[in-house]
Order: sequence, then structure tokens, then C-alpha cells
Amino acid sequence: MPNDPASGPILEFEKVSLRYGDSWALRDISLTLNPGETRIIFGAAGSGKTTLLKAVIGLVEVNEGRIRLFGQEVTSLQESQRFGLRSGAGVLFQEGGLFDSLSVGENVQYPLLNRQRGDTETSPEDAEKRVREALRFVELEQTFDKFPAEISGGMRRRVGIARAIVTEPPLVLYDSPTAGLDPITANLIMALVAKERDVRNSASLIVTHRYQDGEIMSDFRYDPEREELLHLNGAADARKRDRTKFIVMKEGQIVFFGTRQDLEKSTDEYVKRFVRHEENHAQ
Amino acid sequence: MLDFLKTLVASFQDFLFLAGRSFKNLVRRPHYYDDVFLQMDIIGVGSLPIVALTGGFSGMIIALQMARALNTYGASSQVSSIVTLTLVRELGPVLTALLVAGRNASGIASELGSMKVTEQIDAMRALGTDPVQKLVTPRLTATALMLPCLTVVADAIGLFGAYLIAVPLLHLIDSGAYWSMSWRSLVMNDLAQGLIKPFIFGMIIALVGCYYGLRTTGGTQGVGHATTQAVVAASIWIFFVALLMDKIFVGL
Ligand SMILES: Nc1ncnc2c1ncn2[C@@H]1O[C@H](COP(=O)(O)OP(=O)(O)OP(=O)(O)O)[C@@H](O)[C@H]1O
Ligand SMILES: [Mg+2]
Repeated sequence: MPNDPASGPILEFEKVSLRYGDSWALRDISLTLNPGETRIIFGAAGSGKTTLLKAVIGLVEVNEGRIRLFGQEVTSLQESQRFGLRSGAGVLFQEGGLFDSLSVGENVQYPLLNRQRGDTETSPEDAEKRVREALRFVELEQTFDKFPAEISGGMRRRVGIARAIVTEPPLVLYDSPTAGLDPITANLIMALVAKERDVRNSASLIVTHRYQDGEIMSDFRYDPEREELLHLNGAADARKRDRTKFIVMKEGQIVFFGTRQDLEKSTDEYVKRFVRHEENHAQ
Repeated sequence: MLDFLKTLVASFQDFLFLAGRSFKNLVRRPHYYDDVFLQMDIIGVGSLPIVALTGGFSGMIIALQMARALNTYGASSQVSSIVTLTLVRELGPVLTALLVAGRNASGIASELGSMKVTEQIDAMRALGTDPVQKLVTPRLTATALMLPCLTVVADAIGLFGAYLIAVPLLHLIDSGAYWSMSWRSLVMNDLAQGLIKPFIFGMIIALVGCYYGLRTTGGTQGVGHATTQAVVAASIWIFFVALLMDKIFVGL
């Protein structure tokens, strides 16, 4: 479970296929993700994006192929053996996944306390401090005692991010972090996602419908001194830009993989749908 | 037709698998006692009024119907033992179970169903909590423990309802005789039936509710569907198992 950055990729898919009943949700997916790298995943509704993210931490069972997370093979582990591995990945779920019966503070605290059952690394006071830090990170410290039903959709999304990153996982999975939000809130959320990546150098998979989200991740970096996003330009920043690659999915298959420049040059009709005129494809 | 049977067998298999896992969790840590007590409150205390009311009315209705029938044989003094046996052996457990199925199998299915469609179940698994341990086992424990208690209440109030009809209203028998005959008509076997049945019905209600809740798909609409299915399936199972158990106990 503990990840040594020098020891190789964080995540590897090897010819993974997954079937629901008679239809394939994932077909022959192979991909690799190294520490600090980002993958933006586009695709029409039902193309298998959520399924792909869930397969990463073994929430769904694949039919063929292998998935290695932090060097361990998720696909060959039993459900009970996966818990340790999962604590290395933070997840923001498409439908939120916040526990209705717990307050915002308790929701964000959940990953810390639950991990504690295994090892005694966080004391309750320490946990609360980290929860407040995570909530401050998403600029929602004031909602600590509120319940998820009492805050707005955009705020819930940010609480979800706080819960995903509170354990400082080396990998964060974001399922549609900006879907259904106004552009201002959406940009605020993407700024947080970029900040999380650049402050902690975590790897991330980001499913989205907005082309802009990909642009923010690939062309900007968070500057901790000025506390804002800066545009990456020039040759010096080329390597930073290369950390972000784009995946386009269609009917369970990866039909495009490459950098933003490659994506914009693509002549494929399906792939072109995800470039630039983002709002048309929202949902 | 073959496909239909196949899915039926497959879902029964899934159901048994869920049941097996939740029973195994009874003896495994962590135990969520808070959730058990919360569910006992929701299921037990919450169902008390409706169970009491229905118990009372059924007692009165049986007494009225029996009074007429017994009169034709000139055996109207037997009313108390007949009401007692019917209530304790069969009607108390089954009626209470059906009411609780309507109220709680649906409640459990819709609660777990909404958690499923909002990915709270996935979030639990992602954060290292076994949803069966956290959600199913406490509901199973709570329902299996509370249903016998509710049945005893329903039986008692039913007997009292029957008393109101038989003694003050129709003067079939005097008060002391009513209660002593009622008590004497019961043997160990009846009491055992009266308590083991609701214990098993309770497990069925909780497991069926959880099963349909956890396999919900398709958004809010799916939750409604799961809820209806849970009530229908739980009711059918209750009748089926009641029949099976009668066969066993009558053989005793
Ligand atoms: N639990 C399930 N049972 C059966 N089929 C499923 C299940 N979950 C997903 N599917 C099917 O698998 C396919 C991929 O679904 P998935 O949720 O991964 O799509 P998606 O790319 O995330 O779509 P969206 O953009 O709408 O979120 C779809 O055809 C969907 O209907
Ligand atoms: Mg999705």
C-alpha cells in the first residue's frame, strides 16, 4: 500500500475488459499513470468513464485483464484485502457520495477515523485539525457543523474534494467535478484540483465534460506564493505540460490518447466533439 | 421463460450470499452497536402504534366472528381459547410481520436504495467500511429482536380486544374464566411457535429490504421500484415460510 515514487507507476491497466450482463462497459483498456501525472478523461454519456474510475480501486469486478494500483494487483484481491489499498486513493464520486446522516465535518473526518481502526496514526484531535485544514483548502471551513442537505450543490462538490484529499493520498480520482455547475463555481473547483496536484504532487484521473477543465489542468500551475494559477508557457514549462494527457472514451474503448496539441489536431469526428465548444456537450 | 428462471435462481443465489455475509458479520468486528440501537428504535418503537392498533382490532374481529360460529354449537364459552390460539400461533406473528414488512422492508429498501444511487455505498467501500457490516447486519439484528417483542404486544392487545367483545359486550363468559381459559389453552409448543416465527420473519424482512435496496440501479425511479419489490417479496416470503413452519410445528 505505501507508495514509493521511485518504484514505478502508480496505476497500470493491462487489457482490462468489464461486462454488465451482455454489454461491455470497458473493452481492452490499457493505461499507465506515474506519480504527479494527470489524465483527463472525456467521453459520451455511458461510454464507461465512471466504470473505469471504479475499477481502479476495485469497486467493480473486471472480467478480463489486470489492474495494478501502487504495484499491487487489485484484480486478484478479495474485497476485504482491498481496503488497505483503497486508502491510498481519494475519490470524488459523480453523485457526491457524501453520507447524508453525517455532518460535513464528520464526512471529511470519516477517512481518517476509519483508517485509524487499522493503525493508530491519527489521534482524534489531530484528525479534527486535519479536517479543518482540508475544509480550509476548499474554502468551506464555516460549514463544519452543517449537513450535506443544507449546503449548495457546488459546496457539496467541494466537501467531496475535501474528503477525497484529507488523507493526502498519492492518487485522486475525480468523477465529473464540474458537472451541472455554473462556470464560475466550475472554475473555482478546477483551481482547487490543480492546486491539490501542484501542492502535493499527487497523480489524478479526472472525468469531465468540459474541455476547459482539461485546459486548466494542462496549461496552468498553482503558484503557492501568489496563491493563484499561472499560465505555463515556454520551453521550460513543456515538461510540466506533458504531465497532463487526454483520453477519449467511446463505448468502453479508448479511442484517443495524447497531449492537448494532439487532441486539437485530431480529425476524428467523435474526438472533435470534445474539443473547445464544451458547453454543448454538458451531460 | 428459461431466462426468467435463470435470473430468479441467480438473484436467489445473490440473496443467500448477502444473508451469509451478514450472518458471518454477527461474530466479526467491528460491531456497530449504535446502529443496532438506532434501528431497534426505528423498527420497534416506531411500529408500536400501528401494531398495537391492528392487534386490538383483529382480536375484536375474531371474537365477534367466533361468537356467532360458536353459538350455533352452544360452545360460546370456548371463545377465549379459540381467540388465544389463533392469535398466538398464527395471526399475531403473520399480521405483525406483514405490517412491519410494509413499514420497514420498504423503509430499509428506500434508505439503502438512495444510498446506492447517490454512491454512498461505493463511498463506504472506498473508505474502508464494509456496507454489509455497517448497514445490513444492524438492521438484521434489530428486526429479528424487535419483531418477537412487537408480536407479543400485538397478541396481548388482541386478547384484550377480544375480551372487550366477549365479556362486557356479548356476556359470553365471565371475566375470570376468560383469562384463565385463555392462559390454560396455551402449551409450550404454541408459545415457541409464537416467538420463533416472528424471529424468522424479522430476518426475512430485514434481509429482503437490504437486498433490494443494495441492488438498486437507475436513479430515484429505481429507488421507488426497489421499495415496491421489497414489500411484495417480503410479504410473499412471510406467507411461504409461515406455511413451512406450520408444517414443522404441526408435525411436532
Ligand atoms: N451497475 C450497473 N449495471 C448495469 N449496467 C451498468 C451499471 N453501471 C453502468 N452500467 C452501464 O455501463 C455503461 C458505462 O457506464 P458508466 O457509468 O461508466 O458511464 P459514464 O461514461 O460514466 O457516463 P456518464 O457520462 O453519464 O456519467 C453504461 O452503458 C451503463 O448503462
Ligand atoms: Mg459517469
